Amino acid sequence: MYSQYKLQDDSGLLRETASQTSGPFVHIGLALEIAGFASRDDEIWEELAKDGAAGERIELVGRVFDGNGDMVRDALIELWQADSEGNYISRFDNKQPFSGFGRSACANDGDFHFYTVKPGQVDFDGAPMAPHVNIAIFARGINLHLQTRAYFDDEAEANDACPILNSVPSPERRKTLIAKKEQGGDVTRYCFDIYLQGENETVFFDF
Amino acid sequence: MSQPYPFFLPRDRNWQPEAYTPGYKTSIARSPRQALVSLHRGSASERSGPVFDGLEIGKYDNDLLMNFRTEGTVAGLPIGERIIMHGQVIDQFGKPVPNTLVEMWQANAGGRYRHKKDNYLAPLDPNFGGVGRCITDSEGRYRFRTVRPGPYPWPNGINTWRPAHIHVSVMGPSISTRLITQMYFEGDPLIPQCPIVQVLKDDDAVETMIARLDMTHSRPMDCLAYRFDIVVRGALQTYFEE
Repeated sequence: MYSQYKLQDDSGLLRETASQTSGPFVHIGLALEIAGFASRDDEIWEELAKDGAAGERIELVGRVFDGNGDMVRDALIELWQADSEGNYISRFDNKQPFSGFGRSACANDGDFHFYTVKPGQVDFDGAPMAPHVNIAIFARGINLHLQTRAYFDDEAEANDACPILNSVPSPERRKTLIAKKEQGGDVTRYCFDIYLQGENETVFFDF
Repeated sequence: MSQPYPFFLPRDRNWQPEAYTPGYKTSIARSPRQALVSLHRGSASERSGPVFDGLEIGKYDNDLLMNFRTEGTVAGLPIGERIIMHGQVIDQFGKPVPNTLVEMWQANAGGRYRHKKDNYLAPLDPNFGGVGRCITDSEGRYRFRTVRPGPYPWPNGINTWRPAHIHVSVMGPSISTRLITQMYFEGDPLIPQCPIVQVLKDDDAVETMIARLDMTHSRPMDCLAYRFDIVVRGALQTYFEE
């Protein structure tokens, strides 16, 4: 009988299952509330930090734009970040104060929102990376999700020294990875707009 | 400081679809024009990822025949071809990926999604929601029960139809293995016509997305079964990392 296990490359390794777009209705699967669908008892959503979470509370907001400058209103955004001490908390649990993973969607006004804490520094080969969050973008028209990072504009010194940020060849393009602090409100807010294509195109990573 | 996180085999971006695939029109304005920046050695950020031990999975979260039953209706079951969809999540070395989150969503038997933006004239099914999730067992196995989704038209060409498909999302051990794909059904003649399938250049890559009819897991007088195994990037050993 047919088995996909047999799909091997020349070295005998299995081939990764092919990616496909998440399509226009990704929300019914991964962001139920946005689809107008009743939530289940426990959902993966945009609040990573809850009461009692250690660290500075922040809101991360942003929008996604296509190559025509039009807002992408059907993207799903996934966030993965360290806690305020720079440790990755693998266990996802809405009952604990902080989980390192969350999801949001560009729907309604086109904004995605995360309620989290500012991540601490994580080392890379013995050198600190600047505080950052990893972001994955899924949407209709995106065949394989795009991967980027958001850094923080009030961490200029750490950003200048970050080995990953410095691996982006163009200093001009590094700027597309810096979220901008916004004034006002009870919680510090950072804005990170993502440009899929064209002028100010966001840097996307292969890893 | 040593990190417990593995490295992963690089993603073969010739095997995977390119971003710009003009036959699929939406990709034209949603594909980067600049090259991706390669992180030649992933950091802890990329090599770690969430484990969903603490996510409370409901009793019927993997059973789409049961998880949207409308109270007060007589039958309370969705209309359509009853199927089991099951398989194993393994990595490129064939190693099972236990305890990982598999999520899926789909249209109903008529090709209509329960999404406020889907206005296709085929009706909603009062007893079908179209979303499921489960955690793989110790051998990487997952299982759903659902109805086979119908094809549906979409505005790409003047008469373009999606093959029957179920969207499948898997995390794997790290955000590096994160993958969203679509499962198609063996023998569906719409598969080779679909612009979204055709974003793949290699016919073998298309084969990785086609579930096979699996009579051995069907239930006589009850439901058929389809098998869909999912391969995520292989984790390398890290013995020599400082």
